Amino acid sequence: MRKTPLFSVSGLRKSYGAQLGCRDVSFDLHPGEIMGIVGESGSGKSTLLSCLAGHLAPDHGDVCFDVDGTGLVSTLAMPEPERRLLARTQWAYVHQNPRDGLRMSVSAGGNIGERLMNIGARHYGNIRQDACSWMDRVELSVGRIDDRPATFSGGMQQRLQIARNLVTSPRLVFMDEPTGGLDVSVQARLLDLLRSLVQDLGLSVIIVTHDLAVVRMLAHRMMVMQRGEIVETGLADQVLDDPQHPYTQLLVSSVLQV
Amino acid sequence: MTEQIITPSANDKNDTTTHNPETHNFDATDSYNFAYLDEQTKRMIRRALLKALAIPGYQVPFASREMPMPYGWGTGGVQVTAACLTPDDCVKVIDQGADDTTNAVSIRSFFARTAGVRTTEATDEASLIQTRHRIPETELTEGQLLVYQVPIPEPLRFLEPRETETRKMHALSEYGLMHVKLYEDISQHGHIATAYAYPVNVEGRYVMDPSPIPKFDNPKMSDCAAIQLFGAGREQRIYAIPPYSHVKSLDFEDYPFDRLRAPGACALCGADDSYLDEVIMDDQGTRMYVCSDTDYCSTRHERGHVGDQSDLFDSEEG
Amino acid sequence: MFKITQLSKTFHLHTQQRAEIPVVCDVGFAVHPGECVALTGESGSGKSTVLRLIYGNYLARTGSIRVGSTEIVAADPRTILELRRTTLGYVTQFLRVLPRVPTTRVVAEPMIEAGHNATAADAHARNLLRRLRIPETLWNLSPLTFSGGEQQRVNIARGFAYDYPALLLDEPTASLDAINRQTVLDMIGNAKQRGCAIIGIFHDHAARKAVCDREIDISQFAAA
Repeated sequence: MRKTPLFSVSGLRKSYGAQLGCRDVSFDLHPGEIMGIVGESGSGKSTLLSCLAGHLAPDHGDVCFDVDGTGLVSTLAMPEPERRLLARTQWAYVHQNPRDGLRMSVSAGGNIGERLMNIGARHYGNIRQDACSWMDRVELSVGRIDDRPATFSGGMQQRLQIARNLVTSPRLVFMDEPTGGLDVSVQARLLDLLRSLVQDLGLSVIIVTHDLAVVRMLAHRMMVMQRGEIVETGLADQVLDDPQHPYTQLLVSSVLQV
Repeated sequence: MTEQIITPSANDKNDTTTHNPETHNFDATDSYNFAYLDEQTKRMIRRALLKALAIPGYQVPFASREMPMPYGWGTGGVQVTAACLTPDDCVKVIDQGADDTTNAVSIRSFFARTAGVRTTEATDEASLIQTRHRIPETELTEGQLLVYQVPIPEPLRFLEPRETETRKMHALSEYGLMHVKLYEDISQHGHIATAYAYPVNVEGRYVMDPSPIPKFDNPKMSDCAAIQLFGAGREQRIYAIPPYSHVKSLDFEDYPFDRLRAPGACALCGADDSYLDEVIMDDQGTRMYVCSDTDYCSTRHERGHVGDQSDLFDSEEG
Repeated sequence: MFKITQLSKTFHLHTQQRAEIPVVCDVGFAVHPGECVALTGESGSGKSTVLRLIYGNYLARTGSIRVGSTEIVAADPRTILELRRTTLGYVTQFLRVLPRVPTTRVVAEPMIEAGHNATAADAHARNLLRRLRIPETLWNLSPLTFSGGEQQRVNIARGFAYDYPALLLDEPTASLDAINRQTVLDMIGNAKQRGCAIIGIFHDHAARKAVCDREIDISQFAAA
């Protein structure tokens, strides 16, 4: 691992009127690191993720990214075209509901190819080939490449969304409850797939979830959020096995044993 | 032509009577203003037109007025035409290439009545041609204006429904989505099946919907001597291509743009270079192909060109 | 290799009447390269807790734990991750892996993460599995479907896949038959020979006798 962070957040705050979204959020993420953010519904984790990914403008603080390996640059101060380009190339965002992250009226192949075409790919055969290899990589039958995602199951849609996001080899992936709403058996498969992709591609990931098992399996580090604030942060297994903050203890002890 | 557009409009009415003695039904005391629209509206539209010409392919919003015809009948094109007309103009109106369809006849008589300008069916005689869904076969010349009627000006609309987002995409030249549409075509049909309203890039900058002209006409837009103006009434947008602009139809390296034309020659005039309409002759599926551009076809016929079934032409004419 | 001084650990259970449970106090000992030390003491005396504190799995607040040149107490997560990747191995009693991942991959993973190429890591993993008598027919299956003893051996294979300079072993020979236990003891012996410092918990007397150079009774550090 390199010594300089890939992504750095400092003093982030976002409120909706009097309602607090999140506040005082600061952390660094290094290349290849996976950060889990957990907390119950309404704890501000989705707001935080939106701010990090540039979907929402925070009220205070800064979000920096090492765009070209020469050091951190503020993504908030950067001109919009650059930020959008960043979001389409070096970043990726996996939505909880695949319908939010896919074009439902476009075939699976078109969905995967879009980011390639966005950055200038103009050779149909090559785009098609890339789409095929990504279908295969996320364990979707290549025979379904011309089918619309509406005909896919939830787990397949989620895998398609992941392929669509990873096709441009991003360096940082934001995930919002990627396994939410899926059957347990499908979840396990998706987690396994995510983990091997993350390993093979050396991705950095910020993953928001309320499922502690997801964090244990995927994350190196984790942050626990409660009422918009980070109450505990540390090594993922340490926070799960030896939680310090009362809220984290409650969260961990509330998980049902199987 | 550009000079005429910015001619102080207040003089139009007076000019009419002095310069155009032979105009049809025009009467200076008629209750209509010259070319129907009031002068303030024409000024507003001309400003939009100038902006559109200055930024080729860019959609300029304008305050589209109610016109005495339904949306979808070319209210955008009519407003652009009205704002450009001078008493010296000679107007031609075509609908799918034909001068004699309801829409074309109505709009032609509308301007004959409200502006008192001359009208024609001959492409080379016209100084202003309003068109729905075709570009004339006869090559346009400097000084001519081609006004397109546009139903949906936003080429990205079908894939991105948010106007805020499409504007941003235009602003930042984010046009990957346009190719997603073409990709879908190839993946489903084996070739780019989009046959009309085929998206183009103007001068390497804005991607533009050329209105529902057949893609056969797309190459005519590039390096064209005439000014091309596009008006969308319901959507309240005007855009333009200045003369001799480079207009490129979008395509893939391995699936290059292809004009697409029905095979064979016109059954009436024998033209093998014009865009053909398919005409079903009977319930047995007998069909013939004829020029979609009626002026082009009849002019050729008059000059002695013949097709397989020219006798039909003669009997119609007779 | 290991140097532990004045290490204490107390659990604060906020959710259960704010209970405070002191586990160990003032732990201090050192382990040198090539040495294997057994932690002893009755059940509940804090042997596993000490191992977890050293691995960074439990958070130590006071004292010092040095593994090589790295200080664990108050280290930032990145330091601990790096230490685990290159220096410190840990064989737990229970196998904790993602479903669906084949056994060979589970075993090869620590090597791959430490930077070995995947093919070499895979070959090495196969050798270890063969040595620990995991039937070859199971290698491409997830170990989660295996029997307890097989899981334990996969866990050991994984722990020994990469030649860490320091190892923590939590009951590595429990639930193994005599032949496999001997294999594991041999592996521990080999690790010692190459200079690996080992701290282990062995309930099995014979095993402890066979590989351990010293015993440290953790109950002497019991919190008052």
